Amino acid sequence: MEIKFSEETLNLVNKIIKRYPEGRQKSALLPVLHLAQAEFDGWLSSPVMDYVASLLNIKPIEVYEVATFYSMFNTEPVGKCLIEVCQTGPCWLRGADDIVEHLERKLNIKVGETSADGVFTLKTVECLGSCGTAPMLQCGADYYENLTTEKVDMLIEKLKTSGQRNTYMKSNRQEI
Amino acid sequence: MGKHILFEHINIPGIENFSIYRKNGGYASVEKALKMTADQVIEEVKESGLRGRGGAGFPTGLKWSFLDRKSEKPRYLVCNADESEPGTFKDRYLMEKIPHLLIEGMITSSYALGAKTSFIYVRGEYMYVIRILEKAIQEAYDNGFLGKNILGSDFSHDLYVQPGGGAYICGEETALLESLEGKRGNPRLKPPFPAIAGLYACPTVVNNVESIAAVVPIINMTADKYNDMGIGKSTGTKIISASGHINKPGVYEIELGLPVEEFIYSDEYCGGIWKGRKLKAVVAGGSSVPILPAELILKNAKGEPRLMTYESLAEGGFVSGTMLGSGGFIVMDETTCIVRNTWTYARFYHHESCGQCSPCREGTGWMEKVLHRIEHGNGRMEDIDLLVDVAKKIEGNTICPLGDAAAWPVASAIRHFREEFEYHVRYPEKVKNPKHFELEPMVSYQVSVNS
Ligand SMILES: Cc1cc2nc3c(=O)[nH]c(=O)nc-3n(C[C@H](O)[C@H](O)[C@H](O)COP(=O)(O)O)c2cc1C
Ligand code: SF4
Ligand code: FES
Repeated sequence: MEIKFSEETLNLVNKIIKRYPEGRQKSALLPVLHLAQAEFDGWLSSPVMDYVASLLNIKPIEVYEVATFYSMFNTEPVGKCLIEVCQTGPCWLRGADDIVEHLERKLNIKVGETSADGVFTLKTVECLGSCGTAPMLQCGADYYENLTTEKVDMLIEKLKTSGQRNTYMKSNRQEI
Repeated sequence: MGKHILFEHINIPGIENFSIYRKNGGYASVEKALKMTADQVIEEVKESGLRGRGGAGFPTGLKWSFLDRKSEKPRYLVCNADESEPGTFKDRYLMEKIPHLLIEGMITSSYALGAKTSFIYVRGEYMYVIRILEKAIQEAYDNGFLGKNILGSDFSHDLYVQPGGGAYICGEETALLESLEGKRGNPRLKPPFPAIAGLYACPTVVNNVESIAAVVPIINMTADKYNDMGIGKSTGTKIISASGHINKPGVYEIELGLPVEEFIYSDEYCGGIWKGRKLKAVVAGGSSVPILPAELILKNAKGEPRLMTYESLAEGGFVSGTMLGSGGFIVMDETTCIVRNTWTYARFYHHESCGQCSPCREGTGWMEKVLHRIEHGNGRMEDIDLLVDVAKKIEGNTICPLGDAAAWPVASAIRHFREEFEYHVRYPEKVKNPKHFELEPMVSYQVSVNS
């Protein structure tokens, strides 16, 4: 399969590059990596990163070193729903551990694993700026806050039924 | 009720839209500033006593006056909306509810600094906030507040939003600039400071969301009136994000000088400790500041009530004081295990260390490991002093302040709660249950060893 952004995304990429001074197109790297991850199955394979490098006229290594530095970029495939549960202090104080444990049991996987059907990947993350509505998790663009195990159950069912790939770029919010 | 100057209009339905924001006096500071000289605007901000709201509390007007204005290079204003300090979620709330306040502040501040371009760097996880800001920016362009010759003046300005990629360290201003240039977020060695060589090696000012938003009321109401609020060198208001074991977690704008006790127990703010429990400890200014036990957060060591000001919270230095920091106010009740709490932060800092300096890279790893061991009932008595030693070796020996930020929570937890660390070593079987202090609060142990 040839790796190429849609016409619409390419236009957006060109618009983003114009924000920066001449010769500083590398500044577009983070925004463009976000677009690439959303468009190419939720992760950044080497061919995808090479493609981004060619678009920005920079060396592939400049893309790899950035992609591996930031926690939002996946350099391995992930399930359609990447469930990221915050585990830092304030969330822990309000029961984040119970949410993680519940998800592990419910999805029958450990943190860091993907469910057999390829739908769910479970990850723990650090403070997402939602400490006042803890415990919370992020799936794609959406924050789910003030969680209880019942709400988590409902969310998992709804995400399963929705069948969509969740990306940081587009909301797929489920009512829970 | 305390006076609100940033959140005055925040609950008006539709305030996120330009027309409603404008109807409520929005963008008046731009109109007013354009009739002043840039120097007059800077002078006003200096006079106001506004201090950086991102954590360090550096006077904003003074920072602005350091900007290299002789250079031929373009100048930039960069807004720090990376907001990743655990316990801090005030900027998110402001940007989500009243995005035009930040945009207005960016325009007024850019006029003062002579910046033709500015960026708001928002942590990538806040993608929905980025969408809200982008929509509001478009409205500002459509209404002549951004773009060429704003309101018919000679001042032209472009404003863009830049997403981060998930990295706490990018909140450190030079790491942020590296990230904005499309690189890894490795902090730079200073000097040169951003005011001389910042974004693209051009003179740059980096300010927190709340600092930039505060410029709006300062220009509108004048520095004198702003100065009337607060106490001493803590002027104006501060947005506090309160979390943890309280009845009303949330985001509150307070006038600086409010007693800490009132903030915790009044129904107007945190509404007291949840489940009718007792207060055990508070981290008052985001996870990086020293933790204080209940006695020392409500009153300082001299027995005077503590106030929500830079000075009062710092009273007693690192022995018995803390810092206002980012305003991330984390409250812990009597069932909280301080060791586990400290371990979650040690893990956080280890995870977020950029790895450039060995004391930070190795030290944070060690602290996480040793704390994990103590918390899980595998610790030794010597481990406690080992932690103090590692924290000391990190402090002051690194390129950026993340090293200190990692060391202080550990050092202060041991300083104020040493007996709890010792308990973990003495009773490994008890602490193997992760809910140990929910079953048996630590207080009972203190009584038994003292008797
Ligand atoms: C590790 C680290 C993380 C930081 N994170 C933030 C942040 O998320 N937001 C912020 O405004 N300042 C943060 N700062 C402080 C910035 O370096 C800088 O001082 C601030 O953005 C300046 O703005 P102010 O003067 O308006 O506060 C951080 C500093 C360090 C060392
Ligand atoms: S102190 Fe830590 S985060 Fe800061 S530059 Fe050094 S290694 Fe990186
Ligand atoms: S600690 Fe979980 S969102 Fe802040």
